[in-house]
Amino acid sequence: MARNPDADNAPVKKEIESPTSKYDAEKAASFKVVGSRPARPDGMDKVTGKARFGADMVMPGQLVGLILRSPHPHAVIKSIDSSEAEALSGVKAVITRDDFTPNDDHADVLYNIMAREKALYEGHAVAAVAATSRAVARKALKLIKVDYDILPHVTDVDEAMSPDAPVLHDNIITRGVSPTPTKPSNVVARSEFGHGDIEAGFAQADEIIERSFKTAATHQGYIEPHACVANVGTDGMSELWCCTQGHFHVRQVCASLLGIDVSRLRVTASEIGGGFGGKTTVFIEPVALALSRKAGRPVKIAMTRDEVFKASGPTASSSMDVKIGVTKDGRITAGYGVFRYQGGAFAGAPADFGAMSAFACYALDNVKTEAYDVVTNRPKGAAYRAPGAPMSVYAVESVVDELAARIGMDPIDLRLKNAAKEGSKSSYGPKFGSCGLVETLEAAKAHPHYSAPLGPNQGRGVASGFWFNFGGETCSNLNINADGTVTIAVGTPDIGGSRASMCIMAAEELGISYDKVRAIVADTSALGYNDTTEGSRVTFSSGMAVIKASQQAVTEMCKRAAMMWDIPAEAVTWEDGYAKPSGPNAGDFEPLSLAEIAATAGKTGGPIAGHHEYNADGAGVSFGTHIVDTEVDPETGKVDIIRYTVVQDAGKAIHPDYVEGQFQGGAAQGIGWALNEEYIYGDDGKLQNAGFLDYRMPVASDLPMIDTVIVEVPNPGHPYGVRGVGETGIVPPLAAIANGVSAAAGVRMTELPMSPPRVLKAIDDAKVAAE
Amino acid sequence: MVQVTLSGTIQQAAGGISTLEIEAKNIRQLLNALEKLCPALKPELEKGGIAVAINGTIYRDDWFQPIPEDSEVFLIPRLAGG
Repeated sequence: MARNPDADNAPVKKEIESPTSKYDAEKAASFKVVGSRPARPDGMDKVTGKARFGADMVMPGQLVGLILRSPHPHAVIKSIDSSEAEALSGVKAVITRDDFTPNDDHADVLYNIMAREKALYEGHAVAAVAATSRAVARKALKLIKVDYDILPHVTDVDEAMSPDAPVLHDNIITRGVSPTPTKPSNVVARSEFGHGDIEAGFAQADEIIERSFKTAATHQGYIEPHACVANVGTDGMSELWCCTQGHFHVRQVCASLLGIDVSRLRVTASEIGGGFGGKTTVFIEPVALALSRKAGRPVKIAMTRDEVFKASGPTASSSMDVKIGVTKDGRITAGYGVFRYQGGAFAGAPADFGAMSAFACYALDNVKTEAYDVVTNRPKGAAYRAPGAPMSVYAVESVVDELAARIGMDPIDLRLKNAAKEGSKSSYGPKFGSCGLVETLEAAKAHPHYSAPLGPNQGRGVASGFWFNFGGETCSNLNINADGTVTIAVGTPDIGGSRASMCIMAAEELGISYDKVRAIVADTSALGYNDTTEGSRVTFSSGMAVIKASQQAVTEMCKRAAMMWDIPAEAVTWEDGYAKPSGPNAGDFEPLSLAEIAATAGKTGGPIAGHHEYNADGAGVSFGTHIVDTEVDPETGKVDIIRYTVVQDAGKAIHPDYVEGQFQGGAAQGIGWALNEEYIYGDDGKLQNAGFLDYRMPVASDLPMIDTVIVEVPNPGHPYGVRGVGETGIVPPLAAIANGVSAAAGVRMTELPMSPPRVLKAIDDAKVAAE
Repeated sequence: MVQVTLSGTIQQAAGGISTLEIEAKNIRQLLNALEKLCPALKPELEKGGIAVAINGTIYRDDWFQPIPEDSEVFLIPRLAGG
């Protein structure tokens, strides 16, 4: 529903507290289940192959769906002739752009899942086929004739911003600049953040360093390719099984693109083989639904790895300039950064988040950042853990590291001297509430890793990072079963262990053991709308909903006990899983356990359940500090990660194993981003390394055991003090590793990835410059 | 009255204004007042691409969140994540 601009006198909802909930320090002091490390409920199925992922669903009469993709990075699609394909025996449906009507609400999504006037990147979908076998479908794709008019292309962000660059969209007029441009360009928007007077700040500085940096686009690298099965029934009821981080979002978008009621589409999220932000949108799902609708049979589409690289959503590449001034005693007087991100063929590169995050670790009087969202002939980017932040923080933390060396100050001391803390004005505006950056820096400095000796050709890097975290729309149910067990239904796909965390929080609140509680991810017909699993929001938001649902169930169980005892409900308390009479006039009754109350629920009023639906606010910000030791081979430029320690504020670790896993996973992905991972484009605008043989992700043998330190500065906006932990872990690694490699190689590294040829060239160039 | 600071693309859309004072008791009233004060902001606000920070707490969607008197309010890009 749109806002009514005339409704100035709308009532203020006085009863809403801000934030959504308050930290309960008394309860936190006596946790019995929270903080334990039970075995993950999904672990056995995943290691034995029983878990059902996106491609594991089979429906009766299912067809194979394949997608025809553009071989050109930029081309007008003059015509598509699918008549021969349609005539092929075994082909049940062929769809093109003509099978989707224009959609103002999701115009870019529609254009991305099926090209319209132009193909905007190599791999852009132009048609799709549903057939009785893969062989027939592949043959049919070859029979589709697409007449292209090839256009000049651009894949580099700086080149795309130049005035003579090929323009992708005639309707992109740069927002955020004055005067408003009269011609279209590839620059979608310019954003600006900051406060103070940076020129005055730089005038106060004793040392100023200004550098330019570049980072390559990387892919989230989830092991499971996108896959789905769609079935549009003859009665108009549709079902979709897919691997996704947000099946409610998938339902909303697909229903809109296909022009059907939301209530007629039921989406079930499969187990997910990694997402990291890359499965927060749709790619193949609307295509499968459209094929199924046309064919009248279920259709499965599963991307190949080649398709995942070329036609899902990698992260942005960047080009950045950073300038920082500091006094001799280590006070940062001003910070300035320009962050240019390309996010593929459509608007939405996370440049603004990069600009907002860049200096977030510092309490600065003078700071200014500019962000540019740029389109290029690459696949449309998707989120990737803390979208936009790792790159900008890499640039800023590299310069901070260099400044520390310049003034002869320990790099952690320099960060501590300028660290953001509660009450600090953030570089993007609002003041910080309770936060734990200082605690992570102090813990890092005290860690044995930080003072361990280094060997030859080794260098130590340190960097801090930040992510906002948020809550969002959330709805959960909790059912007390007749045998005293408990079932939780959440609407947020479990991508990082959230089912275990939900069970722990329910067990804590209900006063029962963890193994009595099981959580499922319910389909879209079973719960109210849930925002996607993203933004490090699930343990915070769904967890709080589960806590509130548990409390509702406890209230009801106390009421049932009171009925059995014939005393007022107010005279019953809940303690360690038992209803107990409380107060001088409550009487003397044997406590009733949850199981006993559940067993008679049918006779005391019916099923006992709790539910909670809300829009969660009050997610606390998250900071982390990483230490890494690197070793550079001066002859080959190869970098080895010798030792790595992650220190991060979790607020409260509900299941410490999972928290540590998030820390380690962020570091591992950051190591790949820093050292090897890179979308490599040829002059022809085509991706050169669309496979795991040539796109070099780190494997176990590349990594040391990643040590972790969980700092717990409670989030005042959550009853247990939880902060999201899923994203901050990938923010510091790029900078920490670059600082370590720069120290080991004796030359400042300003471009990622720091692959062997690039490191070797930097060393050789430095030698030449020194001579 | 609350002091509102604009950032991101909306600052330029508002004609380069970075701060303004607005009478608003909740987020919905704030957005409506902003739209009336700076009609050029309407497309930005209607796109839903903003979040409102009140005294340090960021709200993505909460029209009726109260804004206490003398609050520090920022309009920032709507947060997303991975």
